[in-house]
Amino acid sequence: MIKVEQLRVRFGDNEVVKGVSIHVPAGGSFGIVGESGSGKSTVLRALSGLNDAWTGNITIDGQSVGPRRNRAFFQKVQMVFQDPYGSLHPRQTIDRILSEPLLVHGIGDIERRIETALAEVALPSAARFRYPHQLSGGQRQRVAIARALIAEPEILLLDEPTSALDVSVQAEILNLLADLRERRQLTYILVSHNLAVVSHLCPTVGVMLGGQMVEVISAEDLRAGKTQHPHTSELRALSVGLEEPA
Amino acid sequence: MSAAFSQAWLLDETPASRSQAAWGRRYRAWLDLRSNPLAMIGLVVVVAFVILSLAAPLLATHDPGVQNLTNRLAKPSVAHWLGTDELGRDIYSRILYGGRVTLGMVIAVVLLVAPLGLAVGCIAGYSGGAVDRILMRVTDVFLAFPRLILALAFVAALKPGVESAVLAIALTAWPPYARLARAETMTVRNSDFIAACRLTGAPAGRIVLRHIAPLCVPSLVVRITLDMSSIIITAASLGFLGMGAQPPSPEWGAMIATAKRFIFEQWWVPTIPGLAIFMASLAFNFLGDGLRDVLDPKQR
Repeated sequence: MIKVEQLRVRFGDNEVVKGVSIHVPAGGSFGIVGESGSGKSTVLRALSGLNDAWTGNITIDGQSVGPRRNRAFFQKVQMVFQDPYGSLHPRQTIDRILSEPLLVHGIGDIERRIETALAEVALPSAARFRYPHQLSGGQRQRVAIARALIAEPEILLLDEPTSALDVSVQAEILNLLADLRERRQLTYILVSHNLAVVSHLCPTVGVMLGGQMVEVISAEDLRAGKTQHPHTSELRALSVGLEEPA
Repeated sequence: MSAAFSQAWLLDETPASRSQAAWGRRYRAWLDLRSNPLAMIGLVVVVAFVILSLAAPLLATHDPGVQNLTNRLAKPSVAHWLGTDELGRDIYSRILYGGRVTLGMVIAVVLLVAPLGLAVGCIAGYSGGAVDRILMRVTDVFLAFPRLILALAFVAALKPGVESAVLAIALTAWPPYARLARAETMTVRNSDFIAACRLTGAPAGRIVLRHIAPLCVPSLVVRITLDMSSIIITAASLGFLGMGAQPPSPEWGAMIATAKRFIFEQWWVPTIPGLAIFMASLAFNFLGDGLRDVLDPKQR
């Protein structure tokens, strides 16, 4: 479904992503972990078409895509951002935010689709005519997920979807994402610095360090501690140490 | 829908339909505006001025153009409520008719300038690169010209008159709005919510028009209301130089300009149009400030 080969991204003289390759089968779910600055979000932005200064090969659903994407691409691939406070237009109601993708893609039946989308992410219909600043962080992230899903994409790119939320809400959002994937047969790429989050949602995990993917490991191996690369062990030790304070 | 437009229907926390939500928002904005005394004073004065100007033929006691040289520079009296000017014309009637010219000019300038400045600023800010550089250099060129001289040259190239004055002022007044709109656009263009809009596959025009421009409007509204008095003054200066409203057409600025030599002996002659300009400018300012607060839903 998603095939990335030798992806390189540079900002000026600084090469941030140095030849990353990713393969995700249809309905699969791939996690990318790494510390901040490792280039994991940049990979996602290049994939989504937000960053067009990349080289390499990106193939989505058998079709090679260039730096400029067409509307059909955006109907197939959607993204959820890290910060639910910044990813919703501050002057638009939830109704307006959700109807925008439908209007752009010329999808009718807006009224019913918005109702369904809100129900799907477990938001009360009272939220429909509110502004983002009247909702909580978790509710906003649900709106962002609803917006990403409303045009019925096949691929969802998740850029640290839970890291701006507090722990109890994180679990809700993760469960919601897992449910949605099962129900809609979505393909995920999830970026996070949190190993627990990634291994909860993704059977395969790629570890990034300094713009390179140093290891691709299955979630079971990761949990069992069968790591190959020292950086992976380091990240794992850190997350275990955080979860179970001695 | 029998309860349509009742207060309960408008203030419903969980509107049932899109139109109910929209009307509810408008009603709440109106309540907000109403709770702001300064904004209400501004609104009342602006509406009053507009109505007085529109109803000038009904309310005027004299023909604004008829001269009576035996009764020039008369004090306010029963016959001439606000006195007469240096040619014996009734000032009260001239103020009423002058409102049509002056307010008409101000509104026409604003209607021309605001969309132009907004469009140039938003397009430059969102496109970046060469488009931004070209548009901003054009803006700089207009900004660098002395306003009155450019307007003067422009009017001289056309024929003197109110329409040319409006065009000339509009031509010289838009650059600050473009700068302001560009600055506002730059602060949001890289935000996640605009990135999300781009990810819907929306074309750039739609993003600028529907998502960026509305964010620039509140600060533009404030700037415009602050500029209204200076637009009136520029119109007056053009009139004084014979390039704006042509005599005997009454225009507040021109009325001050011609009467300013009487300010010590017959103070009311220049003071009354001055008061009219002052009140109109102040009212626009108050209203603009109130509108800015109402336009920002985060303030609620």
